Amino acid sequence: MRELEYPFDGELILKKSKKIKRALVEERTDFLEKRIAVLGGSTTHDIIRILELFLLEQGIRPVFYESEYARYWQDVMFDNPLLVEFAPDLIFIHTSNRNVTAYPSMQDPPERVEELLSEQFAHFRVMWEKIADTYRCPVIQNNFEYPFYRLLGNQEAVYVQGRISFLNRLNEKFYQYAREHEDFYIHDINYLSASYGLDSWADPLYWHMYKYACCMQAVPAFAHNLSKVVKAVFGKNKKALVLDLDNTLWGGVVGDDGPENLEIGQETPMGQVYAEFQGYVRAQKEIGVMLAVNSKNEYDNAIAGLNHPEGTVKPEDFVAIRANWEPKSSNMTAIAQELNILPDSLVFADDNPAEREIVRAQTPGVTAPEIGTPEQYIRVLDHGGFFEVTTLSEDDRKRSEMYRANRERSRQQEQFADYHEYLLSLEMKGIIRPFEAVYMARIAQLTNKSNQFNLTTRRYTQSDIEAFAADGAYITRYGKLVDKFGDNGVVSVVIGRRGTMEDVAVYRQGERPPSGTEGDVLHLELWLMSCRVLKRDMEYAMMDSVVEACRSCGVGTVMGYYYPTAKNAMVKAFYHEMGFEKTEETDTGVTIWRFRIPDDYQKKNTTISV
Amino acid sequence: MGREEVFAKLNEVFRDVFDDEEITVTDATTADDIEEWDSLEHINLLAAVEQEFGMKFNMGQVVSMKNVGEMADIILAQIG
Repeated sequence: MRELEYPFDGELILKKSKKIKRALVEERTDFLEKRIAVLGGSTTHDIIRILELFLLEQGIRPVFYESEYARYWQDVMFDNPLLVEFAPDLIFIHTSNRNVTAYPSMQDPPERVEELLSEQFAHFRVMWEKIADTYRCPVIQNNFEYPFYRLLGNQEAVYVQGRISFLNRLNEKFYQYAREHEDFYIHDINYLSASYGLDSWADPLYWHMYKYACCMQAVPAFAHNLSKVVKAVFGKNKKALVLDLDNTLWGGVVGDDGPENLEIGQETPMGQVYAEFQGYVRAQKEIGVMLAVNSKNEYDNAIAGLNHPEGTVKPEDFVAIRANWEPKSSNMTAIAQELNILPDSLVFADDNPAEREIVRAQTPGVTAPEIGTPEQYIRVLDHGGFFEVTTLSEDDRKRSEMYRANRERSRQQEQFADYHEYLLSLEMKGIIRPFEAVYMARIAQLTNKSNQFNLTTRRYTQSDIEAFAADGAYITRYGKLVDKFGDNGVVSVVIGRRGTMEDVAVYRQGERPPSGTEGDVLHLELWLMSCRVLKRDMEYAMMDSVVEACRSCGVGTVMGYYYPTAKNAMVKAFYHEMGFEKTEETDTGVTIWRFRIPDDYQKKNTTISV
Repeated sequence: MGREEVFAKLNEVFRDVFDDEEITVTDATTADDIEEWDSLEHINLLAAVEQEFGMKFNMGQVVSMKNVGEMADIILAQIG
């Protein structure tokens, strides 16, 4: 919804929140429901009210648990049946510098300041550890914003007794904890309050009147910033940045002005603005964002512009270049198809409001922010938070490589008459194993991102994934695929639970039985694969591995379930193709499949060496 | 701006904040008259009023304000 897209009018959102919420709920039905516990060190009422809007906008329907006023610590540390029963998918700790209790006094010697720092940090650390033990869900923790006054003036950050010094050091301890712990994320209110304006942000009226840590007007900026982390944790980030060229990546029109006359580089102020923007775009690639071009241009002119010696982003940095005279909306659809992602994973940057409008209207799901004038492009895209980083995985950094390798593969495919021959020529190697510690983050990410090749569309956090790996009733498999063009990374995940035929009744309802028995039937709770390895026989290799695991623990029957969604029709007949027989189809379209493992089971995969 | 105009604008703000097109406020209107007007909504209401009239209530005013009539008086005094 446009009202919630950055740059937004926060006052309008505050005033019309009820109306906006109604519209959001009516707009779509495919929400991902998430249980979020907000544990505050100050009032959280309006933060929850506005956060809900930004999450609905991202397709997440939150159910909230709100701690009593300022009971964040007690709620975690003492027996809390309410919170245990709530079973949060995520806990957000909303603390601020108003909750710091161990500030040094000016008389304290440095050793004492050191003790106070450790004491204050321990207060938080024990709470985080308790959460990790009891709730095993992701945590988002505010860092500390600066106070609104400075006793030591400009030296407040210099002397260890100064509050800014104390908060900076405390923040650094928080960051270190975040670096060392998975599923723990910082919500950076220090940056946010600076960006908003600290004097307004910290208006003491709101603390003394209502016990708010920031002013009311800052709540939308706060909720928006927080929603970026939440949606990224739940796998709702965008994947690709699609760019227009003329007057977006450079000043001027390459077809009219010629590449040598484009404004880019250090000669003119406007040229510098475009050069800085190109640098920003190029850096996106390094955090795993795919880049593409969608421009009305002759292809050769587009390439000539991108090869401008002053430019930092080059033709080879893009995974797709669509420069032609087709409507930009059809190009967007083509780009989504080429990259095997959905249009709602695309962000479109174009200086022309009319083009943005056409793309929004004709390719629903694509986000086309109001990027403003060239000197504002970076701020709007950056603060939009489309590609919010949670964990910077190896796969993220390599994503563009993988997609480029994919394109080379499809070119090769054209040279082979026989598809089997082609697959053999790829020299594929599969690594298929039970879940391992290094891949837990990627596996959780896949369960949240995969929509199309996903039989049950169950979403899991990293903690869930770790729990399955440790549970003897489960058979877990991840699959990595390497070929002569490159490493595709972890691309497939299967989770099965051992039990009995009685469990079918529970799975029929889309539920899972509360606990597993180590019986002789394997129920496939999750089977997903990344679409970038479609038609590569990886599913056969996964099946072989599951069957092997079953045999080694006396499981003779495998039950598969297909739960239909708006996006997973492609796998409707998947179990049929795998040799299962359909035993049942419910009136909601759920299908149930059975596979009795024959004594002479023949491996299905003949092209990947495992 | 006259008192009447202030009330017309206040009506709009109240209707937006409480999402109720039926609301009409008078001098004597208090939190008791509008079901959803609790202490939490009060903050949101004041922020919306401040934005509408381009003014700020100070803490003393927030603490002592008793009804919509007094709210209008403060607004009129500030925006002249």
